[in-house]
Amino acid sequence: MSEAIRQESPLVERITSGRKAASPSDAGITLRERPFLGCVNLRGNPDDPDFTDAVKGVLGLALPSGPNTVADSGDITAFWLAPTEWFVRTGANAERDLIAGLEEALAGQHIATNDVTGNFTTVELSGPHARDVLEKGCTLDLHPRAFAPGQCAQTLLGHAGILIRPLADGQAFEIVVRRSFADYMFIWLEDATVEYGGMAVSD
Amino acid sequence: MSQTKRLQSGGRIDRSKPLTFTFNGQSLQGYEGDTLASALLANGISLVSRSFKLHRPRGIMGAGAECPNSLVQVGRGAGTIPNLRATQTELYQGLEANSVNCWPSVKFDVNAVTGLFSPLLPAGFYYKTFKWPKSWWDKVYEPRIRKAAGFGKAPTEPDPDRYDKKNRHCDVLIVGAGPAGLAAALEAGRRGARVILCDEQNEFGGSLLANRQYLDGKPGIEWAKTAVAELESLEEVTLLARTTAFGHYHHGFVSLLERVTDHMGLTSPDGRPRQRQWRVRANQVVLATGAIERPLVFCNNDRPGIMPASAVSTYINRYGVRPGQRAVVFTNNDSAYQTALDLNDHGIDVAAIVDVRPESDSVLVDRARKEEIPIYGGYAVVDTRGGQHVSGVKVMRLNGRGDGVYGEIHHLDCDLVASSGGWNPVIHLHSHPGGTMRYDESIASFVPDQAVGNTYNAGACNGNFALGGCITEGLSAGATAAAGVGFGSEDIEGEAPATGKQQESPLRPMWRVPSRKAIPRAPKQFIDVQNDQTSADVYLAVREGYRSIEHIKRYTAMGFGTDQGKLGNINGAGIAAEALGEDIAKVGTTTFRPAYTPVTMGAFAGRELGPERFHAVRKTPMHKWHVDHGALFENVGDWKRPWYYPKPGESMREALDRESYQTRHAVGVLDASTLGKIDVRGPDAAEFLNRVYTSGWKTMEVGKARYGIMLSEDGMIMDDGVSARIAEDHYHMTTTTGGAARVLGHLEEYLQTEWPELQVYLTSTTDQWAAISLAGPHARDVVAKVVSGVDLSGGAFPFMTWRDCEAAGVPARLFRISFSGELGFEINVQANYGQYVWDAVWEAGQEYGITPYGTETMHILRAEKGFIIAGQDTDGSVNPMDFGMHGLLSKKKDYIGRRSLSRPDAMREDREQFVGLVTLEDPKEIIPEGAQLVEEPNANEAPKPVPLHGYVTSSYYSSTLGHSIALAMVKRGRERMDDVLYSPQADGRVIQCRITSPVFYDPKGERQNV
Repeated sequence: MSEAIRQESPLVERITSGRKAASPSDAGITLRERPFLGCVNLRGNPDDPDFTDAVKGVLGLALPSGPNTVADSGDITAFWLAPTEWFVRTGANAERDLIAGLEEALAGQHIATNDVTGNFTTVELSGPHARDVLEKGCTLDLHPRAFAPGQCAQTLLGHAGILIRPLADGQAFEIVVRRSFADYMFIWLEDATVEYGGMAVSD
Repeated sequence: MSQTKRLQSGGRIDRSKPLTFTFNGQSLQGYEGDTLASALLANGISLVSRSFKLHRPRGIMGAGAECPNSLVQVGRGAGTIPNLRATQTELYQGLEANSVNCWPSVKFDVNAVTGLFSPLLPAGFYYKTFKWPKSWWDKVYEPRIRKAAGFGKAPTEPDPDRYDKKNRHCDVLIVGAGPAGLAAALEAGRRGARVILCDEQNEFGGSLLANRQYLDGKPGIEWAKTAVAELESLEEVTLLARTTAFGHYHHGFVSLLERVTDHMGLTSPDGRPRQRQWRVRANQVVLATGAIERPLVFCNNDRPGIMPASAVSTYINRYGVRPGQRAVVFTNNDSAYQTALDLNDHGIDVAAIVDVRPESDSVLVDRARKEEIPIYGGYAVVDTRGGQHVSGVKVMRLNGRGDGVYGEIHHLDCDLVASSGGWNPVIHLHSHPGGTMRYDESIASFVPDQAVGNTYNAGACNGNFALGGCITEGLSAGATAAAGVGFGSEDIEGEAPATGKQQESPLRPMWRVPSRKAIPRAPKQFIDVQNDQTSADVYLAVREGYRSIEHIKRYTAMGFGTDQGKLGNINGAGIAAEALGEDIAKVGTTTFRPAYTPVTMGAFAGRELGPERFHAVRKTPMHKWHVDHGALFENVGDWKRPWYYPKPGESMREALDRESYQTRHAVGVLDASTLGKIDVRGPDAAEFLNRVYTSGWKTMEVGKARYGIMLSEDGMIMDDGVSARIAEDHYHMTTTTGGAARVLGHLEEYLQTEWPELQVYLTSTTDQWAAISLAGPHARDVVAKVVSGVDLSGGAFPFMTWRDCEAAGVPARLFRISFSGELGFEINVQANYGQYVWDAVWEAGQEYGITPYGTETMHILRAEKGFIIAGQDTDGSVNPMDFGMHGLLSKKKDYIGRRSLSRPDAMREDREQFVGLVTLEDPKEIIPEGAQLVEEPNANEAPKPVPLHGYVTSSYYSSTLGHSIALAMVKRGRERMDDVLYSPQADGRVIQCRITSPVFYDPKGERQNV
C-alpha cells in the first residue's frame, strides 16, 4: 500500500501515450479526453428563489433554466438535464468542496446532490468531419442552425446514452458518457472514422 | 469484334475510357458511363435471363428501376451480389456478371421445357396442385419448387463489405434530380434552406439525360449541368447521386440508399462504406420522381427485343447504343413518335409506327410524317415471331371499340419493337405514408391526390409530362417548401427556361391489345414478364371469384417480382377492370410499400455487427484486471461480468470448485460494480421506500441496510436488492444488474404520475461506484488491512449495516452484507479509484489465499443458501408467497402490488412453490435448467399429455455439499418435502429427484453473522 493513490479513466487502456504518438496527422476527427473532472448531479426546485439564489451563490453562475441549455463560467459548467435536474461540472478534485458548499448553502431545502465524478467521463471531438461521424450514430439535428453553442442534449450515440453539446459551429462537440459505456463509445468512434482517415487522440 | 452496336458518337458515355467486363464468362468491352445493360446491348447481347416460372427467354427490357428482366449475379465468392438489375448496375473495370435462373446456360435452359406445359400452369396452380399428401409439403414440394424457381444465389460466406448509416435533418428533401427536382432545388437552395437533392442515377438530369429536348435554345442537359454547378456552390445544399429514396414514412422521415462505391468494384477501395443508408428527417419533402412508361400488352410481348419506347430512346441518346437494325414502334400516344425519330435520326430503319389511334395530330406526328416513316393509324400489333429474339410482328386493323381486330394480317420483319401504352407517374413515395391517388382520364393513369404532411409532387410524378410544366411545377414546389420553413414566400423567385412547342394529341387508353383469338386461347399476353403473369391469369382470377385488386395480385403473383410491377401493375389493374366490367378508377392499384427498389440487408445492419458494436458493451472499472487474470465473461444486461477464472489446464467444473472452496474456507473477491444503484433523497424518502418495497422501511435506522423485494402492479416479483439508510432523508438503493434501468423508470413513473405529493429525488449512481465484494471466513481480515476509520468487530459493525470509511486512503462506503452466506463485506469507492482499491484488496488478501470469483460461483454459493435471483428464479409470473416470503409482506401498509396478492389466483393452493431438488440415482448429476418435472416415472412412454408438476429454475454442482443441487418451482411444493419427481429429458433419459428445502447450506445463517 505504499503506492500513491491512483485514479484511472475508463479510457485508460485506449488513450495511451503510444496511441497519441501514432495518431494520424490528417485524421478527420480528433478525440481528447478530459478525465477526472469533478461532476455533481444536482436536484432542486428552479421555481424556488431560495434554491436558485443559493446555488448561484455557490456556483457563481445561474443554473440554466431553459430545457437543454448550458451555463458556462469557465470554472463551472452547468447542463440542464430535466426540470429539476442539472449536471454541474467543475475542475478535477473540486467536486467534494463543491458538494459541501451546495449542501451548506441549501441546508433545510428539499434538494439532492450526488457526486457523479466517477459516473462519467468527458471527451471532446473536433475536426472537419466531427459532425459527419456523429451523424452516423446520433439521430438529433447537429447542424449549427439547430444545435448551437449554449445548447445541450441527452441522446444516443450508437447504443450509448450521452450528454452532448457543441463547442464550435459544427466543428467540435463535447460528449459526457457514462463510464461503463466509454470503451464501447471509443470503439464505435474509431470504427466510424475509418472513412475519414481515422481518429487522432490528443492531450 | 467489340461493341458492334455502338453508335459512333453521342451519349453520356466516355469513349476514351474503355472498360473490360465478363458476362457468362465471355470477355466484353464497354465504356465509362455505361450500365451493364447498355454495355451488353452495345455488344449485341440482349438475352440475359430466364423468367421465374416458365423459363422463357428474357431480354433487356427497360433502362432503369422498372426493368423486370435483366437480373444478373455480379461477382463471386463472399462479395457476390444476386439479382442486380443490369439496367441499374454501373459498369466498372473487371465486372463479372452471370445470368440467373437458367441451367446450363441462358441460351439453352433445361427448365425451359416448363414452357411446354404452361397451359397446365395457370395462376393458382401451386395452391391447387401441391396440397396432398400433407407429408409432402416440406419434404417434396417445397424443396423441388424452390430448386426450380428462384433467381440468384446468396453468398454463403459473411459479407466482407462495409455498410454504414447516417442520420441527417434538412429543411427540404427533394427526391429526383430531373428537370422538376433541379428546379425545386434551385428555388429552395438559393433562399438558403438546407436542401438534400438525391437521385438514383449516377448523373443528375433525369429525363434530360436521355432525350433531345431543348431549354433556352440549348440541349436540356446543358441547362441541367448549369443548375448542378450552381447547386454545388450553395453551402447548405447536399447533392446525392446514386442515391435511391426507397421509403417515405410519416413526419418527413425518408430512407435513402446511397451506393457509395458500388460503381468502383465489388469491394470498397478505401475505408468508405460500399453503401450508406441515410435516415433523413425532412421538414418538407418534394417528390420529383418522374414517370415510367408502360408497355402495351399484346400476344407474345415478352420476346427479347421488345422494349418500352422510352428505353429504346434512352439506349440511343444516353448510352450511344443501337438497340436494333429495324424497328416497329407500337403506340397509343404521341411520345413514342419521338422514339421513332430517335431511331430514324440514328440510321435505324423504322419499319412502321403502329398507332392504335386512327388519327393523331401533333408536332411529333408531323415530323414523323415528314421523315416518311410509315404510320399504321388504327392498327395494332396482334402477335410477334421469334425464338430467342423477336424477328417480326403481325399487324391488323382495330375495330372502333378497340376490343377486336379484323382484316388482312400485315407481317412486318423487325428485330426491335418499341411500345408505349402511356406513362405512369411514380407515385410510390407519395403513397408510402398514406398519400391518396386519383385516376386521371387524360393520361389514363393514377396521379397523387392528397399528400401526407409537408409533401409536394412536382413534374411527371404529378401527371405533368411536358418539360416546361415540369420545371414550373418544380420551381413552385421548391418555393412552397422553402416558404414552409421560413425562407421567403410561396411565390416563385427563379425564372423557368424557355421550352419548345409541345402540343400533343390525346392518347387512346388500351390495357390489352385484342388478338384474333379470345382469352384464354390467345397466345400469352404478358403483364408481368418476370413472374410470367398474363392477361389470361387475371381473367382466371376474376372467374374464380376474386374481386379486389389486392386479391387478384396475390392469386396471380402479378407484381411479386423484384421489380414490384413497376412496368406491369397498372396494365394489370386495367385488365382486371376489363374482366370485372368495372371502371379502373374504382379497381384502383395495389398498395405501394417500401422499399421502392431492393435494399441490401447490410445497409440495414450498418456497422452494428460483431461482439463490439452489435450492442453496447458495458465494462466495470476493473475489467482489464479480470481479462489479465484469465476471466471468461458472461453478458448480464449490457454488462460484461467475469463468469469464472479458469487457471491454465483447469476445466470449468474444476475452476468453480476451487473458487467455491476458497470462498467458503478462506476469502473470495467479486466485482459487484454492475449492480444498479439509485440514490433516493427527500423528506418523503422513507415513505417512498415503504410504498415500493413489500416490507416496512420506516423503522430502519440510519447506518443499517435491509433486503427488499419490489412487486409489479400484478403482485409478481419484479426486482430485489439491498437498500441502506444514509441519513434520515437519504437512502442508497441497489437493484439487480439487468433490472436497474427498468426499476428507475418504474420508480420515476410512480413519483411523477401517482405520488406527485411525495418529495423525493432519484438519481442513478450505478457507474459512480466501484463495488468490491469480499466473502469468506477471512473477509474481515482482508478488509481490516485495507479499510480505516471503522470498528469492524461483529458487535460494532453487525450484519446488514454500513459505515463511511476510507479504503486504501480513498473515501468509501463499507457495507456488511452477504449474498453467499459467508461473512461478507462490500467496499464501494468512486469508480476512478476502483482498480486502485481492488489492487489494494488483492494485495492484502494474498496471505489469506484470496481468490477472485465470478458470477457462476456467486450463483452456486447463493443457491446453496436458497437465495433467489430475480430474473432467473422468477419470471414475472411468481409472487412472494410462492417463495415463502410471507415475512417480507407487511400487513400494516400498502405497497405496489399488494392488492393483487389477494386475487383468487394468487391465493390458489396449488400454485407452484419454490423448493430445492437433489438427484437420486447419481447425486452428482445436474438437471438441466428449465427441465420439466412430472410424477410419472415413464413419462416418455406414458400417454400424452403427462401432467406437469413443476420446472427447474437453477441447477448446479455444489462442491461444498459434494452433490448437485437444483432450485425449482413445484406445485404445492412446500407440502411435498421428500416426494420423488421425475424429469424426462429430450434424449430419453429420466432423472429421478427428491424435493428438499431450498436452503441446502447453513440453514441457521451462522456463518454470515460472525
